[in-house]
Amino acid sequence: MPNQNHNSRRSHGWMGIHRGHKARPVEWLAEKFIFLVSLSAILMVLLIFLFVAREALPVFFGQTNTALVQKPIPADEVDKHSPAELQVYLEITPDEFGKMSKTTLRTLMEVKVEAQDEIPENFRNDPDAHINTTEWKYLVKPHQWDNYTKPEYIWQPVGQIKKFNIIPLFVGTLKVTLIGLLFAVPLAVGAAIYVSQMARPRVREVVKPAIELLSGVPSVVVGVFALLVMATVLQTIFHYQTRLNAFVAGLALGFAVIPVIFSIAEDALTSVPRAYTQAALALGASRWQTAWQIVLPAALPGVFAAAVLGFGRAIGETMIVLMVCSASVMSWSVFDSARSITTTIAAEMAEAVNGGPHYRILFMLGALLFVATFVSNMVGDFVIHRFKNKLEGKR
Amino acid sequence: MKTLTTILAAATLAANAFAGNITVKGSDTLVILAQKWAEVYMGQHADTKIQVSGGGSGIGFAALQNQTTDLCDASRKIKSAELQKCITVFGGARPTEYKVALDGLSVYVNPENTLKELTVDQVGDIFTGKIKNWKEVGGPDAPITVYSRENSSGTYEFFKEHVLKGKDFAASAQTMPGTAAIVQAVVKDKSAIGYGGAAYGGGSKLLAIKKTENSPAIEPTEENVINGTYPIWRYLYVYVNPAQDKGEIGAYLTWIRSDDAQKYVKDIGYYPLPKNLRSN
Repeated sequence: MPNQNHNSRRSHGWMGIHRGHKARPVEWLAEKFIFLVSLSAILMVLLIFLFVAREALPVFFGQTNTALVQKPIPADEVDKHSPAELQVYLEITPDEFGKMSKTTLRTLMEVKVEAQDEIPENFRNDPDAHINTTEWKYLVKPHQWDNYTKPEYIWQPVGQIKKFNIIPLFVGTLKVTLIGLLFAVPLAVGAAIYVSQMARPRVREVVKPAIELLSGVPSVVVGVFALLVMATVLQTIFHYQTRLNAFVAGLALGFAVIPVIFSIAEDALTSVPRAYTQAALALGASRWQTAWQIVLPAALPGVFAAAVLGFGRAIGETMIVLMVCSASVMSWSVFDSARSITTTIAAEMAEAVNGGPHYRILFMLGALLFVATFVSNMVGDFVIHRFKNKLEGKR
Repeated sequence: MKTLTTILAAATLAANAFAGNITVKGSDTLVILAQKWAEVYMGQHADTKIQVSGGGSGIGFAALQNQTTDLCDASRKIKSAELQKCITVFGGARPTEYKVALDGLSVYVNPENTLKELTVDQVGDIFTGKIKNWKEVGGPDAPITVYSRENSSGTYEFFKEHVLKGKDFAASAQTMPGTAAIVQAVVKDKSAIGYGGAAYGGGSKLLAIKKTENSPAIEPTEENVINGTYPIWRYLYVYVNPAQDKGEIGAYLTWIRSDDAQKYVKDIGYYPLPKNLRSN
């Protein structure tokens, strides 16, 4: 058929005129409008990423300096130094420098000297006070700080010596997310199989909305519930030392993730063609066998997509982890505390000096998180397509 | 970004041109007190509008630099980086700092804990993780669980500088989103220790603090905080661009440091300024 390709095109030419049809300006306008709306969503994501990346760039390029003790230039010696030197020393742009009056410059120099004078005596001879803690080796590798007995991963971004090791935050994020998923995926998928395959219609009409209602519970409420009730109950059962830990946070996170996974998995299971089930039952398979061996495999891409979305929700969830546990301990034990990246950003951004090293590093964490979720979604998408093709016998 | 800031600044300046509009932004610690003051002041001066918002001391200083706020509430002193930005923007003038209230920090333990007092150094060693068991300071034989605040909090920073003497908190210290959350945790956890505003401690036990080994143990009461015998306390501040410290804003700043405004401080859980720091 020669015009098959042509017919399958969605757009119908200028103002909708196509092969003798009447002009449909309204439809054409609507189409273009929807196109613009969808484009703006993409543009928004792109802009957000560019913004985050721009704020984080100085860390990637090593342009931040947190060395506590710096050699002060006395305010009287302004004229002995070149403008370029002064700009670096005062951390100002050439533009700002050009607009500055002599007195402003002098006051700035005085402030700089005062800041050095205010450093407590015991920090002046501290070797840590002379290093730039935002160098990559201090960000990702353990370092033996003063007062510590061995090299350690430390995230303590506020204080005289600012320690920005991001590894405990990554470990914390992974720990909490994985516990959450290990708890939520089996429960949610199990519930989805039950509701879509086994439950009687009347039961389904109650159970399905009930689970989906969970997603309407604000995460702050889940957080408070976990902080006050779950933590106590779980500690009485398991007798661990730290009352608020990654385990409690993971379980609470599970509650937030279950409705997301359940909803999508249930849709995927329900949309498996009725003929599959009927054929299996006709061949003498039990309902259990049908659900487990026919329907679930057929819906696997959808179920997997549900898990990937659940992962995205879990890794991005801020409030629950913030309320339940947030000590940046470097430990893989689930009964120790943890601090996730999102929690760190949410909790610390407000007080970070605008444009300072701490602020930049928080943005860098945001950029890394963005990349991580992007990659996980890409991988998820790839796997889903592989599954689908396999199921449909395309290879 | 720059143009956006300029537009915002222009918009705020334009808004300020209409008589008696004051914007206050900054520390979450101070936000309730600032709202209370604004409410009372607006009741007395019908033509003045005061908008109070929180966000954190850092947010407040950023707004002061961008000139999107008139007053900046802060639970800590301005940092040198912020000071430099303000000076650059204010054309060489330093922002004026006003002390507006006192805050005494208590050390909380579980009511079942038999311990009554600690020295400042012992408190520091517990929070850095050097002391790990209650029996080392004369309490029961049980490991200590340390509860701390988020590092964004002015309270955290104050405690770290003045009680821990700049050393790091133990990595295992649980960081809680607010003082109320710390008290909740301490009440539920027998081995717990935490810190926060003296007025928040309901349900937990407040330890008496000794400045040194040989000095008397002082309870964190209003009287002891105001006369300075209780060793762990701090000021709360308001910062302003000196060029704006006149007219309506100047009058408001004078009022919040007067006897009339200071009598509301205690209702919010902080302590009023000593007489010599007040405006009248």
